[in-house]
Amino acid sequence: MARKDTARKEQEYDDIPGTFVFDAERSRKGFGINMFCMSLMKDENRKAFKANEPEYLKRFNLTPQQEEAILKRDYNRMLELGGNIYFTAKLGATDGHSFRHLAAVMTSSTQDDYAAMMLAGGRSADGNRSKTGRKTPSMLVGSAKKASSQKSGAAKSSKAKPGKPKSKTPSKSRSNRG
Amino acid sequence: MARIIAGVASSHVPAIGAAIDNKQTEEPYWKRVFSGFEKSKAWMEKTKPDVAIVVYNDHASAFSVEIVPTFALGCASEFPPADEGWGPRPVPVVQGHPELASHIAQSVILDEFDLTICNKMEVDHGLTVPMNLLFGSPQEWPCPVIPLAVNVVLYPPPTAHRCYMLGKAIRKAVESYPEDLRVVIFGTGGMSHQISGPRAGLINSKFDKAFLDNLSKNPKKLTKISHLELMREAGAEGIEMVMWLVMRGALDDKVDETYRFYTVPASNTAVGHIILEPKKRSAGKAKRPTPKRVTNKRPTNKRPTKMKRAAARTKTAVRRSR
Repeated sequence: MARKDTARKEQEYDDIPGTFVFDAERSRKGFGINMFCMSLMKDENRKAFKANEPEYLKRFNLTPQQEEAILKRDYNRMLELGGNIYFTAKLGATDGHSFRHLAAVMTSSTQDDYAAMMLAGGRSADGNRSKTGRKTPSMLVGSAKKASSQKSGAAKSSKAKPGKPKSKTPSKSRSNRG
Repeated sequence: MARIIAGVASSHVPAIGAAIDNKQTEEPYWKRVFSGFEKSKAWMEKTKPDVAIVVYNDHASAFSVEIVPTFALGCASEFPPADEGWGPRPVPVVQGHPELASHIAQSVILDEFDLTICNKMEVDHGLTVPMNLLFGSPQEWPCPVIPLAVNVVLYPPPTAHRCYMLGKAIRKAVESYPEDLRVVIFGTGGMSHQISGPRAGLINSKFDKAFLDNLSKNPKKLTKISHLELMREAGAEGIEMVMWLVMRGALDDKVDETYRFYTVPASNTAVGHIILEPKKRSAGKAKRPTPKRVTNKRPTNKRPTKMKRAAARTKTAVRRSR
């Protein structure tokens, strides 16, 4: 039975930039992606996949979009369509790639730049809390004030900002106040 | 009576396991991480628990997306290391404690925590990496282990509060076990990290430190933390930290912080580690029963009301003035 690709219901955590939360809906839609990735735990399956990728993927009842994302190794798209990182990492391993390679692909970075960012303390949460710049009160750390200095333009962008010290972009937009 | 003698929290980064397995622990990058656990290993060697309960999560090893139990307790007599794609880690088979495990299962289920029972289960780096960090790399693990696998992969994981309350129920279960066993409970995973999507690489040390402070001094505050905040502040995968609250719930409200370690990064993750022990009581108070838990309603252990405490202070002051 072919699965319909219905529109995603908006969730409050969809406001977190650069993040595809693996929730019930994604889990349901991405079942095929994740079962495909899980199958790669067996050597015979890895060989069958490598011998003829499109043919092998037919076993998993994937949508054309999911199939395309897998064949193109578009890791973000896989996550968006219901893949989970612990599963898609198995595809990376099948390709002989390190996790750093996957991280570089997902963050549109290079492996060296990504590694350097991590060594320098990682990607800062500042500027990466909210797509819309809405207030993001934290119980533990006072982030509510900082939300006002987030850019508003990133509303539709799934790109997260790199971990460099945050530039204090003066913002005139009212929408930043949430 | 069995009792919980300490709580340990530790990250369970897979790359730490790989560094151990590939003998890279002396390289400067890894030495920075491993040196933080030297004191902990010495502490553990002295502490010599009879059993360890390890709260961890599976990473698409034992559980696929076919079955996703929220809390799964390992009641088997042994748990082989899982093949995570590179062959099983070269660590000893984890020996279980089926008697205590099934006792805990029975007790907490009747306490309204609907656990899944696993009588056959493989364990991945989520469990074995913290074992290595605290026990080193021995031929055999020094004590039996009861694994408690928590779903933190498929959103939503159990809430922080639910985890904390499960910890309390586990403690009650342990303390109703007749054999004298000294039990250490581990909470694993975290701290801040995100390994998925364009925001991968997120680290939030300020948040992590606040989390550690509260874990030690004010755990009830952490029980109110939302999943949204955890993901926003500590990364999509940082949500694992709810597992630390199972450990914390199993301890007294007030504890001594024996040790703490924090470093960034190990691979993609902020490494956090803490050891908490019951408060050392002065000799005169040594025989007092352990402070009561929420479920225990005996009035004798009740903290005096503000007024009574004030009255007591006045009495002391009067006595002193005499």
